[in-house]
Amino acid sequence: MRGRALACAVLAAALVYCLFPLLWLLAAATKSPSELYGTAPFGLTPHAGERLAGNLRALFSRDGGVFARWLLNTLVYAGGGAALGTLLAALAGHALAWYRFPGRGLVSVLILGGVMVPPAVLAVPVFLLMSEAGLTNTMWAVLLPSLVSPVAVHLMRLFSAASVPGSLLEAARLDGLGEAAIFARVVFRLLAPGLTTVFLFQLVAVWNNFLLPLIVLSDQDLYPVTLGLVAWQGNAVRDAALTTLVITGSLVAVLPLIAAFLLLQRYWRADLAAGGVKD
Amino acid sequence: MRRAAWGFLTPFLALFALFFVLPLGYALVRSLYAVRRPGLGFGPASVEFAALRNYAAVLADPVFRSALGRIAVLGLVQIPVMLGLAAVLALLLDAGLARAVRWFRLGFFLPYGVPGVIAVLLWANLYVPQVFPLAWTDLLAPPYVLAAIGNIVTWEYVGYNTLILVTALQAVPRSLIEAAAADGAGPWRTAWSVKLPLLRPALVLTATFSIIGTLQLFSEPAVLRTITPAVSAGYTPNLHVYNTIFTDDLPHLGAAQAVLLAAVTFALSIAFLRVTRRWSAA
Repeated sequence: MRGRALACAVLAAALVYCLFPLLWLLAAATKSPSELYGTAPFGLTPHAGERLAGNLRALFSRDGGVFARWLLNTLVYAGGGAALGTLLAALAGHALAWYRFPGRGLVSVLILGGVMVPPAVLAVPVFLLMSEAGLTNTMWAVLLPSLVSPVAVHLMRLFSAASVPGSLLEAARLDGLGEAAIFARVVFRLLAPGLTTVFLFQLVAVWNNFLLPLIVLSDQDLYPVTLGLVAWQGNAVRDAALTTLVITGSLVAVLPLIAAFLLLQRYWRADLAAGGVKD
Repeated sequence: MRRAAWGFLTPFLALFALFFVLPLGYALVRSLYAVRRPGLGFGPASVEFAALRNYAAVLADPVFRSALGRIAVLGLVQIPVMLGLAAVLALLLDAGLARAVRWFRLGFFLPYGVPGVIAVLLWANLYVPQVFPLAWTDLLAPPYVLAAIGNIVTWEYVGYNTLILVTALQAVPRSLIEAAAADGAGPWRTAWSVKLPLLRPALVLTATFSIIGTLQLFSEPAVLRTITPAVSAGYTPNLHVYNTIFTDDLPHLGAAQAVLLAAVTFALSIAFLRVTRRWSAA
């Protein structure tokens, strides 16, 4: 029994560590800049609701409502990039899992090598190439590189090999279905849990990527929300009101991703991540 | 069949070539050139072949070297602390001692859904005593800032790693655990002698990813730099690369730094996998 109590205490302490910064964020978004200093960090002031509404109004009206624009951009970069990227990875993974063709070994090695290349190393050369193509400071400059994830291909390949029965593919072929139709009508549905997992991974990866948008974008209207918040933080020394807006904006920016995790967690296959590179 | 396979692969491979292979090649070529300004630097600049001179300059650069050293200290402390904590949490969750395991898992995992940049903005407030009284002193001051970064990284990824380890534990055959119980081993003993050894491959995997991530550290120090002067322009290797290219306007030297950093990352992760191969198979 003592062991059980100890186990629960350790788990609870870890849970507090993981959650208290988010609870602080929630409380801080209900305060004015002066209340941020000197009030109880997790406490709510008597006019918390009013303040939160005021902070949100200020957040969405600052600089001509640019914050809403940043949220929308993030949705395009992270949502669009992850959805399209997952589809590309599923197609490529399917090909590597189920087809034998000359060059298959070389392609596999290239993709595994790509897993090892840190995206941060690519960001600068990508910028230089983009500027030669005249694409810097456009949404394409962030979106296109975000579509390519060798890890995603690798995971989709493992998942496809494990969850699509070969006999089903043969049967579909005997029924006269073309290869594209087999993928669209038979394989795609079987891959759903893998697609969800890879989608979430890509979503987080694009959302987290700070270096690429920092380098390729100069127009504030094209910023993702993370870059915009950092720009505000940089000016907070001169304009104290921005501190509160950065806090409220952080809360607003974190909520969609947490919601996505809560909604999709039933379909999320962590074993895919765990087995990812072991094979 | 062959046509179909290439059809499936082409969209990905085209983008892979454009945004992986081509940039890497471009960086390699660029790192071999340098800008030359004749006449005390006032004449017209020209780009000329520099062979390995950029690389020699990077290897002799004290800023690059101290950035690597700093990252090494961070990695040697932060990765074992984070993975040790993740392993303890995973074993506790797997032992079934606590109720509501699903909720614990979800709670641990939530910080992973917080973008790194926002995690920094958040913690930067919690490190200030006036805002957060548990901070006993300004934790963004020079002696603490590296530990402060380590804590942010741990917070972001400990739950993610716990989840991976929990999943690896679920793959442990239940018969093995029942056999241990039949032999009279309690939950603590089973965790230590049966489950922990079986966790080794997953630990090696998570450690490899952590090593790569640590060497690439950029957004945390980059954002902290806008908040505290304790983070210099060359605080981590990646930040140094960025500032060499965009602040100092030395793209060729920066390319050499980036290529060297990629090579170090690659070599270290391969070496780590080699060294741990026997340990993780045992």
